[in-house]
This record gives sequence, C-alpha cells and structure tokens, in this order.
Amino acid sequence: MSAALVALAVHVAGGAYHTPFPASPGERATEVAAFWLDREPVTNREFLEFVAQHPEWRRDRVKPVLADGRYLASWAAPDALGPRTRPHAPVVDVSWFAARAFCAARGGRLPTEAEWELAAAGTPDELAWYEAPAPDVVPDIGGAPNAAGLRDLHGLVWEWVEDFGASMVAGGGCGTASSSAATAEYMTYMRFAFRSSLEGRFTIGSLGFRCAYDGGAP
Amino acid sequence: MQFVPAIMKASWLLAVVAACTTESHEAPRPAVTVQAPDVTSTPTSRPIIAQLTSAPEVPQRAWRQHPAHVVVELTVKEVVKPIAPGVTYTFWTYGGDVPGKFIRVRQGDEVEVHLKNDPSSKLPHNVDFHAVAGPGGGAVSTFTAPGHESRFTFRATRPGLYVYHCATAPVPMHVANGMYGLILVDPPEGYGRADHEYYVMQGELYTAGKYHAPGLQTFDMDKGIDERPTYVVFNGAEGSLVGDKAIHAKTGDRVRLYVGNGGPNLVSSFHVIGGIFDKVYPEAGLHPQEDVQTTLIPSGGAAIVEMTFDVPGTYSIVDHSLFRAFNQGAVAQIVVDGPSRNDLMTEKITDLRYDGNEPAEAAPAAQVADDDIGKATFGRICAACHQPQGQGIPGTFPPLAKSDYLASTAKATLIGHVLHGLQGPVTVNGTTYTGQMPPMAFLSDDEIAGALTFARASWGNQLDKVSPQEVGSVRGQTASKP
Repeated sequence: MSAALVALAVHVAGGAYHTPFPASPGERATEVAAFWLDREPVTNREFLEFVAQHPEWRRDRVKPVLADGRYLASWAAPDALGPRTRPHAPVVDVSWFAARAFCAARGGRLPTEAEWELAAAGTPDELAWYEAPAPDVVPDIGGAPNAAGLRDLHGLVWEWVEDFGASMVAGGGCGTASSSAATAEYMTYMRFAFRSSLEGRFTIGSLGFRCAYDGGAP
Repeated sequence: MQFVPAIMKASWLLAVVAACTTESHEAPRPAVTVQAPDVTSTPTSRPIIAQLTSAPEVPQRAWRQHPAHVVVELTVKEVVKPIAPGVTYTFWTYGGDVPGKFIRVRQGDEVEVHLKNDPSSKLPHNVDFHAVAGPGGGAVSTFTAPGHESRFTFRATRPGLYVYHCATAPVPMHVANGMYGLILVDPPEGYGRADHEYYVMQGELYTAGKYHAPGLQTFDMDKGIDERPTYVVFNGAEGSLVGDKAIHAKTGDRVRLYVGNGGPNLVSSFHVIGGIFDKVYPEAGLHPQEDVQTTLIPSGGAAIVEMTFDVPGTYSIVDHSLFRAFNQGAVAQIVVDGPSRNDLMTEKITDLRYDGNEPAEAAPAAQVADDDIGKATFGRICAACHQPQGQGIPGTFPPLAKSDYLASTAKATLIGHVLHGLQGPVTVNGTTYTGQMPPMAFLSDDEIAGALTFARASWGNQLDKVSPQEVGSVRGQTASKP
C-alpha cells in the first residue's frame, strides 16, 4: 500500500461472511481475506480528474456497450460538473465498467459483495433512506464514520460491487425472530434486490462506488 | 454485454419470491380447457394501447369480437402522498396513485407490458400479474432498475379480475407501500350491462406514528410483522371515496364494483351498510352468488360485486371487521339519488316513551280496541306518506284530512286501494296526484279496517266505520280473480 492509498482507504479485517441468500442450505460462509476499502465514496471531483486523464471515459466518447445513455448525465458538460453536481458529493450515473476502470487507475478494484457487506455490518442504517425517492441533487459526503473509519456506506448512495447480482439463492426465509433483525434483513434484501436489477452498462442517479485494494495490515 | 447471465438473476429473484410466498398462485394449475374458442388464435390486428384509469374510474370494455395485441404502459413512481389530513407517506406506486392503474383487456388478448421505473426511484421494482398463468406471473420478466424499462408479453387466457403487485424483495414492504392494482380480463361475452363501474381496492399501511399522528410517516416493520396496521383504507388514503369524492348513482342503477385487496396481510369482510349485493363473483371466479350481505376478499384477491339501490341516501362501504372501519379508515361512500321510497323503508315514524316496565302479561291482540289498532296501523304504515295529521304532502302524497275523494269513494274501492295499491292520476280536493301507492295486502283485515276507520273519523272526517268483514270480503273477491 502506498502512502497515498493509506490516506484514502482503511484496513478491514477479514472474516466469515454469511450471505442471507445461500446457494444451498449447506453452503458455507464466504471467507473474506483482509482488504482495504476507500473511506468515502468516489466524488464527482475525483471522477472529473479521472475523465480528464482518461478521455475515453468522457460521456461523449464512452462506448455505448460500456455505459448507457444516462452516463454522467447530470454533469453540465463532458468535462464540467455544473449546478446539479456537487464536487464533494459521490459521483453517480456511472456504469460498472466505468467504476472498475476508475479503481484500476487508482491501483485497486471494486469490492466484492461479501467484502462490502462485511465492511458495512454493524454500521447504523435507516430504513427511511430506502423508502424515499432519490433526491435531484446528491448531497455531499459527510456522514459520521463507522468504527472502522468508513463514511456514508449507508444513507447517501448505492454502491457498485464487483460481483453484483451474482448470488445464487435457493432459499432464505422472510421471517425472523426479532423485528429489529427483520428490519436489518429487509435493508439487506433491498441492497441485494437493487444489485440484482443491474447490468454492467447501467447508470443510475443514486448509484456510485468506492474502491477496494488487496493487502493485509499496514 | 451483460455481466450476469439473465438466468442467474432469474433464479435469484424467483428464489426470493418463492421464499416469501407460501400459497402463491404460482403453484401449478390443473390443466383446464379454456372455454373461449379464440384464445389460442394469434391476434392479427394492429397493437392497441390500453387506456388505463386511476381509481375509482374503470376503463371502457373493449367491444371486440376477437383478441388483440394490447400494450400496457405502467410507470413506477415513488411519491409522497397523503394518508389522511396532515399525514403523508412515501408510497411506491404503479402510475403515481394507489392502487395502481386499472388495466382492462379481453380474454385471449396478447398483453405486452412495458414496465418503466422512474429515474428518481430508489429501488428496482417489478410486477407479478395474477392474471398470468406462468412462473412468477411475470415478476422476473419485469424486474426493472431505476431509470429503465422492461417489456414482456403474456396471453390473458383466463377471464376474471386479478390482482397485480410488486414482487421485488422485500415483497411485503413493496406491497405495503402501495404496489398493487387490478387487471380485469373480460370474458368474450362480458359481465353484462351496468350503469356504473368503479374500482375500489383495500390496503393496509404500517406507519411508525399512531393513527392520525401528523407529518411524514415511515414504514414500521414491527407492525407489519405483527399484522397490526395503523391504517386500513380504500384506494390508498382515508376518505378517498368520502364526501365530495363519494361514488354516485341513482336509484335503480346497476352499480358494479371491481374490488381488490392488496393486503399485504388482512382479509377484508367487504360490506355495504344498508346494501345487499345482487350478485357477487366470489374471489372473482366464474360463478356468481346472489343476495349477499358481506363477502370475503383475501389479501391478493378480488371480487366483482353488483348492486342496485331502491332507497336513496348515503351507503357506506366498509371492511366489516369494524375497528378497521371506525378506527383505521376503512370507509367509503356511495351516494344514491332518487325519489324517497317510504313503502320500502320509512324514516323514524314515532318516538315513544319507554320506561322499562313491561306489562305483567301482554294484552292479547283481540282486547285492543278497534280504534287503537287503527291508529297504530295508520301511524306505522300510512302516515309515512299521508303524514301524521292526514295532511299529505302537496303535489306528492294526497291528503286524507277533509278529503273529498275519501268521502265520495265507495268503501270497497278504498279497501282495494290499500290491498292492491293505487297508480295515479287521482284528484283529491282539486289537486291531481300521479304517484304510486304500494300494495299493503300484508296487513291483516283488522289492521286495514282499523286504519281506514281511524282515517275516516279523524281530522274533520265524519265517515262511518270499515269492518274487518268488509275488508275480508274485498280481499276474497280479488283473490278469486284470475
């Protein structure tokens, strides 16, 4: 890990991740190795720098198979953010391909679903965010960091993962013993449902990303 | 270029649907030969764009003699709307309203569904059409990310009224938030003539705040799991069909209601206070039941009910699980206009003192004096129209007080009027009345004789008595007629 990346990302200890949708009743937990994860979602300012250095990812040059027609649509111009796009807000309207390219350029990759969910476990989450339609202008990053130092995992935007929608699910109950667990499970359901509705070229106004990096403790 | 094979996504979603559904319509149906001869023929005409309506309106029936290719455009929007005055909620909707747009097709139609998910939506959504006889009811085929549109086609093979709803995980929350509606598949012969058709759909809301707690309310998971709704409403909000938004009809009109229950939890005891359903298609199946007071509508089910109203006034539609009606909002109204029908139902005629002391022994009817039974019968039956002082209502009901008609008409004729009714015109004290007096042959000879005697000796009238024997004689004569 370079010093620059250590400033961007925090170390997440590995562990067993139990998917709520196992492929078979006997499926074992996924073993997640230790990794690093960006403290914050990638911002519009950061993505603007990226497209300046990699103009093939400008919205007027991107290949249609790599991003749909809404790619970076809220920007004022292919190389300018504009009034609906705040510099310190998460970049949205980006495809999975574009997000992967960004992370590769930064020396990383997208987190896997298991990594993302493991990192987010125990982070306060509110059902109210899932209920409300997406706002016209995505607000700035600035939520309280969780115990690991990660901000805005919940409550600001959805985030791409490397293996979105790849869960093969053969079971998974809807009932649970306690309603607080059920509420958490419902929010998990909604993340999984959201991810499984995606295709790699899709871009959505409430969907951003952050990057992950391989590696053990510093 | 698709990262995840569609079949994997299909499996994922279906698993969630299946896991959340214990007795779903997705279970294999027995092989049934569809009656309509044209169901399997391919529509050849140009596609038709289905005209969708918001509740309580219902689209016109398609008077086609053949199936067609019908395009249904549904747009999912997540919108903040009122539940009650001062109370709002973020509804997830098909078309901006709860319930979703009413879809009407004909049996045999090929239905092409375009499901659009508004770019402002936070969540993916889809549709499970109960009118689809196939796995998931179209849920996998219509699973749609925000800012996208999915298309699929199904054949409306079976007639009836069917619920459609969102089947995206977590399904109960999507349904509780308003994602349900009705699709009517008309049989080729239709459901017959109706003067009015309306769309009514019941659903529950589970809010963090108590009933009528003001402000924007959020979904309450505890209440949902415990099946303790905060609101039970028709057409998405308390009062959506009340007062100036009530359903209207005239006496004698045939009113058909397409009633659905979105649930997600409760079975509705659907009832119209003061009404009797002429016909109910229970569970929206093929065979109607007649003269029904209350019909059960399961969550995720529907019924077609028909009624006519003879007596004008306001009729309340309720879930007869009554706390839902009185404390959670499950009330709608049908306002019926027309002439009063005192022969069928009077207003309160008298209010008598009652001090709780019953007579030691009920007096046998034979001991009641003739004029008493006459006065009582007059007050109970006749005064509703002719009024307590026999004064009538000018231009509507003729007077009996100082009535030249009463004085100049033979007793046998008057007895006949009471027994068999009288259709105007009839001229009384210089005024012509054209109304209809209903037959009252259900009264006993004693009651008719008494009422006539009472009228003939009251309010300035000085005419002789009518005996029960005279009444019996007239009744016998007319009864022996062919």
